[in-house]
Amino acid sequence: MHPVHKKWKYGGNLCCPWLALQPCFLSLGFTMSEVISVNALTKKYGELTAVDSLSFSIPQGICFGLLGPNGAGKTTTIEMLEGILKPSSGEIKLFGERATKKVFSRVGIQFQNTALQDYLKVDETLLMFSAFYENPKSVDELLNLCSLTECAKQDARKLSGGQRQRMLLALALVNDPDLIFLDEPTTGLDPQARRNFWQLIDQIKAQGKSIVLTTHYMDEAQVLCDDVAIMDKGKIIERGQPSALLAKHFKGVMVHLPVEHSQGRSIGIPFEVKGEHIEIVTEQVDETLQQLMQMNIPLTGMQIKNANLDDLFLKLTGHELRG
Amino acid sequence: MKRMLAVFSARNREFFRDKSTLTWNLLFPFLLLAGFYYVFGQAQPMFKVGVLSEQDAYVSRPVFMSLKHIQFIPYQESGFAFERLERHQIDLIIDIDQYQYWVNEESRNGYVVEQLLVASDPTFQRNLVRGKAIRYIDWVLPGIMGMNIMFSSLFGVGYAIVRYRKNGVLKRLNATPLTALEFISAQLLSRILMVVLIVAILFFGARAIFSTMMIGQYWLLALTMLLGALSLVSLGLLVAARLRSEEFTGGLLNMATWPMMGLSEVWFPLEGAPHFVHQLSQCLPLTHLVQAMREIMIDGAGFVAVSDHLSILMLMSAVFLILGSLFFSWDADGR
Repeated sequence: MHPVHKKWKYGGNLCCPWLALQPCFLSLGFTMSEVISVNALTKKYGELTAVDSLSFSIPQGICFGLLGPNGAGKTTTIEMLEGILKPSSGEIKLFGERATKKVFSRVGIQFQNTALQDYLKVDETLLMFSAFYENPKSVDELLNLCSLTECAKQDARKLSGGQRQRMLLALALVNDPDLIFLDEPTTGLDPQARRNFWQLIDQIKAQGKSIVLTTHYMDEAQVLCDDVAIMDKGKIIERGQPSALLAKHFKGVMVHLPVEHSQGRSIGIPFEVKGEHIEIVTEQVDETLQQLMQMNIPLTGMQIKNANLDDLFLKLTGHELRG
Repeated sequence: MKRMLAVFSARNREFFRDKSTLTWNLLFPFLLLAGFYYVFGQAQPMFKVGVLSEQDAYVSRPVFMSLKHIQFIPYQESGFAFERLERHQIDLIIDIDQYQYWVNEESRNGYVVEQLLVASDPTFQRNLVRGKAIRYIDWVLPGIMGMNIMFSSLFGVGYAIVRYRKNGVLKRLNATPLTALEFISAQLLSRILMVVLIVAILFFGARAIFSTMMIGQYWLLALTMLLGALSLVSLGLLVAARLRSEEFTGGLLNMATWPMMGLSEVWFPLEGAPHFVHQLSQCLPLTHLVQAMREIMIDGAGFVAVSDHLSILMLMSAVFLILGSLFFSWDADGR
């Protein structure tokens, strides 16, 4: 395990020391190695600009999250990085080189939606994909790594959602890649299967591999990603460590009260109505609660929470998710 | 090679484990063969008379030729007409320039149609030929084998590739070092192997159950089947090279298969059909496959005799393969 890539804990304020140290390295004249470097990347479908002149780079060894509502351009971006889609314009470099077959042999891909050949068992499918690469991981190792040993002899079509996603991950790891693309890997999975999948990704990260993840589960991004970029309408509208972004956009905590508690009167504190509740943002929770009690506002149904990426996502992209 | 063999092996497993397709491929031709044996194995309702004449139009048309329910088939080559008369595939030959006719004394239909000729045109001079009848089942078996090769090749490759493209299998494979050439080769070889195995079972099964004819050489029949299957899987590849819609592909494949069913002499000979139908028929790979197999199985034709058919099948395979490979796309519909 690469010492500077170690993730300290799940949830809450994640801290990737590699990113934290980046300014120091740069000020000392060091250059962090980049697994992906993108310059003015654009993809157009006729009049529609799906990806609009994106420029960014991703340092080695981190989990980079590409977030955004449906239709934001995440999958188009990731498929251009994977070499599946041809950009309309712009430049992509992987491991500092222009993308070639040789470079792609260091890349592993898990697509958002994919099917496999019918009537093949899990181990047979892995064996077939292993034959495509020069130095593949052994099938047993892959089965073990992705917790698939028990269903190795099962028809791949009959796997559960979680098992299927783990098999697709195993396929992405067949060539022991240095960079792995995961496009919405837990979509449609139940909470337990999602958490099992997160553990697998954490194990892969622990091996020092770089991961690019797209997801619209903000909790997933918050748990797994060291660095996130939020996309909307084909552009990156915000980028940074999840904790740093939350600190930048939210001061204090959010107090939620049922909306009927405020009806017909002033509660003496600025608030915003959000659906069936009102939201008060405060840095001084004790004072706010005292104020509410002095105004005889009932506290039944009250919730106090820290802002998370869901809140940031909604704040940046708007409340209405585009289909 | 290792990568191609891996896909080849996976495709073979897929074929054998798809029980419904396997059963259909094996059962359908036998059902057809049995059905046609009982339906068309009975008496033929129509008389067929070959006509020899060097004149463009039948200036002095005999009265006999105005009789109903007799099909008159003009022959350019008398040798071919006599061969068919000897095998009871036609019932009589008349030469309207020389006022002669030939009849096969062993043919029941020949006897009846001779009586009709003598009654209407008594001046025609009688000649005899001899020869045993070819059973319809012997004649139709190469056609059914060819039809089975055609359906299995076109749909097995064309439909499968479009399905793979539609459901994302191709996209996933494209994200590996597997090349299009390796993928296509594996698909084609796997299907050719399966088709030849299935048709071999049909051939030997028919021989065991119906004692069907096989006069020619087995290796030549196998070579013909291989080349026929190659041309048809290549055509399947060409049809499926870029399409994503299974329904549309199905329509295109049906458009390719049904004319071949009708015009490639699978069920009946095209004698008597207009000239352009014959020309069109010669453009179809199934015609050359069926004719070559029929010549080998029934006539005992050697390599030289069927080499024109084999050359055309090879040429068609090359054209379809080159075009199919050039147009092939992992992605769909213009992406």
